[in-house]
Amino acid sequence: MSTVVLLLVGWVMMSQVTDGVLESRRGSAQAEARAQLTSLSNTINAADPTTINQQLSELVLGTNRPGLYDVLLVPTDTATSNAIRYTGLVDSDSIPQALASSVMSDDSKLWDTYTLINYRDGPSVPGLVMGSQLRVNSTGDRYAVYFLFPLTAQQETLDVVQRALVTAGLLLVVLLGAVAWLVTRQVVTPVRMARRIAERLAAGKLEERMQVRGTDDLARLAVSFNKMASNLQRQIRRLEELSRLQRRFVSDVSHELRTPLTTVRMAADLLHESRDQFDPISRRSVELLQNELNRFEELLADLLEISRFDAGAAALDLEDVDLRDIVNRVLENHESLLRRKGCEVQLDIPEPCRAQVDARRIERILRNLIGNAIEHSEGLPIRISTAYDEDSAAVAVRDHGVGFRAEEAEMVFSRFWRADPARARTTGGTGLGLSIALEDARLHGGRLDAWGSPGEGAYFRLTLPRRPDVTLSGSPLPARPADASRVVSDKSLVDVGAPYQKLTGGEQR
Amino acid sequence: MAEGNRTMRGRILIVDDDTALSEMLSIVLRNEGYDTYLCATGDKAVPAFREFKPDLVLLDLMLPGMDGIDVCRAIRAESGVPIVMLTAKSDTVDVVLGLESGADDYVVKPFKPKELVARIRARLRRMDEPGPESLTIGDLTIDVAGHSVKRAGETIQLTPLEFDLLVCLASKPWQVFTREVLLEQVWGYRHAADTRLVNVHVQRLRSKIEKDPEHPEIVVTVRGVGYKAGAD
Repeated sequence: MSTVVLLLVGWVMMSQVTDGVLESRRGSAQAEARAQLTSLSNTINAADPTTINQQLSELVLGTNRPGLYDVLLVPTDTATSNAIRYTGLVDSDSIPQALASSVMSDDSKLWDTYTLINYRDGPSVPGLVMGSQLRVNSTGDRYAVYFLFPLTAQQETLDVVQRALVTAGLLLVVLLGAVAWLVTRQVVTPVRMARRIAERLAAGKLEERMQVRGTDDLARLAVSFNKMASNLQRQIRRLEELSRLQRRFVSDVSHELRTPLTTVRMAADLLHESRDQFDPISRRSVELLQNELNRFEELLADLLEISRFDAGAAALDLEDVDLRDIVNRVLENHESLLRRKGCEVQLDIPEPCRAQVDARRIERILRNLIGNAIEHSEGLPIRISTAYDEDSAAVAVRDHGVGFRAEEAEMVFSRFWRADPARARTTGGTGLGLSIALEDARLHGGRLDAWGSPGEGAYFRLTLPRRPDVTLSGSPLPARPADASRVVSDKSLVDVGAPYQKLTGGEQR
Repeated sequence: MAEGNRTMRGRILIVDDDTALSEMLSIVLRNEGYDTYLCATGDKAVPAFREFKPDLVLLDLMLPGMDGIDVCRAIRAESGVPIVMLTAKSDTVDVVLGLESGADDYVVKPFKPKELVARIRARLRRMDEPGPESLTIGDLTIDVAGHSVKRAGETIQLTPLEFDLLVCLASKPWQVFTREVLLEQVWGYRHAADTRLVNVHVQRLRSKIEKDPEHPEIVVTVRGVGYKAGAD
């Protein structure tokens, strides 16, 4: 860019200098030529016509000013002498054809042009040629007289000017480059540093700071940047401290609360076993104590689990398991409940369905889903299916109980939410089961979907990646049960279980 | 005090700083026919252990003075007596740390008395089914009746639980045992979903009997299934 500007400026300057130098030379040359022409014309017309040729030669030689200009005399067709007279060995072909014909066409005017002057004994030089007609009155002959002004001196001057301009230009380009480089170092380098440090901050290196130099805008930018980083660091440290305190609190609560609870539990068990020896009032009290202790224990366990998720303290303990084994184990555990509810289980678990999961957590999810299904089965069969594809494995649990409305599908995962507050207390459960199940599924990078329809029952689908590095895209099981009525709107399926981005900590919640 | 009471089914040392819980545990266990001895701090636990010579130790993981983990290591350093940890934390780190320090089993508070008694019984029970007198696996010779394991005439010290685990695997070489089956046969309970017990004990057993625990040759992992005894 600067080079282009420099070239333009240089070209304009050069042409102006050239024009100036040549114009002044042309002016003096014209005056010289006119004067010479006039004296030539006077002399020749006053001369004796018989010696005109002789006179012409002498005159030509006489007007010559060696070094300043040369003279060339060319006779026209009508001239009696056809000899070309010249001085200083100039070649007659130095005269451009255009000038020659101009001179021929007009007998009074002084014509000129720039051209190369050829010499018989040396190299050509640039020069100014002026020409006019010379009329010899006595014979009526006409000659063309040319004055050839070599412009060697001017050429040299211009060369010097040009060299100076080029040198200055080159220097300017170099200087401009240096200035640009300095500016880059002064401005761009700090900006680059800011970018690099911002990236490092984003990557979690909170102690990174910018160097502050000087008092300009960039220094102020660095100061503000550092202030921002410090604030961020302080906030994050505080949050980390809070989270650490919360984890610590959960851990303390668990110990402090569990130990007395264990004692109470054991005492109650002891009383409960010997309740037959008590009077009816004491017996009933012991039974109530026992039942409520069970609820209290479950609630405490669930609360602690939830706070562990909230504190981001939950960690996966992955192993390669067959989901069918977990399903069977859960069903065995629920045997007495199944018998009590008179509920039949249909299994659709044809082939091994292996995945790398935390067996304890998956068992807890399935215990919850299957337990809920049995609770709400209303004596109708429940159906458990497993399926897998290359990346994911899935388990679905279907019951045909009262179900829930489409709008409620989102709420079933909410903490302490109950479908029907009136009958809630009799069916037991802590109200945290599905929330924990959802957290467990998310921790795996999996998802838990709920479908429900009043009178048609409910359908829960758990989809898990088969390996921890897989990101879920779909599920090998349908989003709603195959026997669902077709009038149900799509709204009845709610995806609450958008998978976690794995290993990004708790902030994505 | 213990000398005179021969009808007791076993002697249990209870190390717990919570006096109410200790007393309650004592009541329940005595009710079940065990002799108990209480110890409230970690510092006194090892002297109490030497004095009382229990058949089993119930050990709280969080103790004032010496930490439960250190107590566990100290006892394990001088005896193979079964140790059951009582813990308020069920996080994998805590459980594995306790098991790695030498505990045979753990119970998470709050536990049901029946569950605790069942575990204690399982730990005090010897493998009473009649089996072969001695077994050979790899370059190890196992004297089942004499409860000793030898490699080239040199005895390797194993805790009773590690011994049971090794005998269980070695009695049916080439059969693959799932972790669940091992839990049932060695620990003696069903439906215990916690397979961390098995993993940690297999690691401990390997560190004692394998020439190179990183590349086990006697207790081999069968990926996705479980473990088997094998020697090539």
